[in-house]
Amino acid sequence: MRLENKVALISGGARGMGAVEAKLFAKEGAKVIIGDMLEDEGRKVEAEINEAGGECAFVVLDVSDEDAWRKAVDEAVSRYGKLDILVNNAGIYRAHNVEETTADEWDQVMDINAKGVFLGTKHAIPAMRDAGGGSIVNISSVAGLTGSKVTSAYNASKGAVRLLTKSTAIQYAADGIRANSVHPGTIETPMTEGFLADDAARQDRMDRTPIGRLGRPEDVAYGALYLASDEASFVTGSELVIDGGRTAE
Amino acid sequence: MRLENKVVLISGGAKGMGAVEARLFAKEGAKIVIGDLLEAEGKQVEAEINEIGGECLFVPLNVTDEEQWKQAVAAAVARFGKLDVLVNNAGIFRSHGIEDTTTDEWDQVMDINAKGVFLGAKAAIPAMREAGGGSIINLSSVAGLVGAAYSSAYTASKGAVRLFTKSTAIQYAADGIRSNSIHPGVIQTDMTADAIADSKFKAQRVDPTPLARLGQPEDVAYGALYLASDESSFVTGAELVIDGGWTAQ
Repeated sequence: MRLENKVALISGGARGMGAVEAKLFAKEGAKVIIGDMLEDEGRKVEAEINEAGGECAFVVLDVSDEDAWRKAVDEAVSRYGKLDILVNNAGIYRAHNVEETTADEWDQVMDINAKGVFLGTKHAIPAMRDAGGGSIVNISSVAGLTGSKVTSAYNASKGAVRLLTKSTAIQYAADGIRANSVHPGTIETPMTEGFLADDAARQDRMDRTPIGRLGRPEDVAYGALYLASDEASFVTGSELVIDGGRTAE
Repeated sequence: MRLENKVVLISGGAKGMGAVEARLFAKEGAKIVIGDLLEAEGKQVEAEINEIGGECLFVPLNVTDEEQWKQAVAAAVARFGKLDVLVNNAGIFRSHGIEDTTTDEWDQVMDINAKGVFLGAKAAIPAMREAGGGSIINLSSVAGLVGAAYSSAYTASKGAVRLFTKSTAIQYAADGIRSNSIHPGVIQTDMTADAIADSKFKAQRVDPTPLARLGQPEDVAYGALYLASDESSFVTGAELVIDGGWTAQ
């Protein structure tokens, strides 16, 4: 198993990509802590993994709350003895251009998508250092690579994640802590189901995806698995683009 | 097994990264054709894989020779029924600045490193189309991402591979053929042995690696395995950097 004896903390693990990552990582031998605001959904994923013979615990986690991050990392260490992997997966999407974006919306998107990654990283690092190293996987987006007609705060937040990842990689390489970003294209998840419900929007995304289909949470989860595992032990500060060819054009 | 029922052709598979990829892919269930100029070494890898229960065939392959590429692909199809994966791994390194690079050396490096990849892709695509899709993995380099004090033709050739990969991805996405590049940092192989022994090269290229070690062929092979397998079925036109954080700075 590719994550045997690893302990992984996944933010936003109650549904969507995070839940699929949690199940895949557990199948590959990891002990998984899922942190999320959505307690009912989170408890369900927790139960599902435990019933299938895995080890999983749910913790309540608002990624913009520093204290909640401290508790989530403590839970991983007290329950499973250490922390090896952090997947900063939680995020929100807002489809507004610059003028439509209120200052409040800007703050909300940046707090969750960018500051949330910073806080998770900050509190995971000491535990990873104690564990002799670790792997941080930050879910950015193709919106962290190229501009967008329909988003601005989201774009900015994912660009922030892209470069924070590289600083983390440089700053903590000596501690054996790796940090990489994943850049999904359009993935069918609860986060995107709102705008994908619009046929024109869906067709637009399809037209811009050369491979001829939208992404599935599994596509991202397998990339995260690669980066989380020791198979990627020489990979740090890298960007893994999982977008069906969208940004290659 | 992650490459069950896949047929893979690896250029430069007789030693170094190519040989490690061949062994890893065979272990993951693939049937392997290794193409190389080095017949004795290639036959040895072939025998080694077959003795441990894998399936491997060596074919002589000069990657600058279009006819030999056709024969290599035909051998894969004749022996194993199809072709699913091509790893364009063969390459040479020349450590000369622009003024020290002769036109002959330029031609040689571009022929092997860039045109070799083109010819391989061109020969493999019809077979992959018949197989219902495929995955092409091109070994570029960090020298395909940033300039280098120590090479010029090599850098140009690897930059060519980087963008050729994206065109391949866009042009053949509709056929289910994916195409991705890998960008290793300094990997400890026969190709880099002389450079690594040079203290100036080592000071400039090896010592600043944040993860503070040389890459091993296994580091690259695991990245290639991810891109070869269906786990990366939504990944095309992407760049997988495996450099210990070198280009993140």
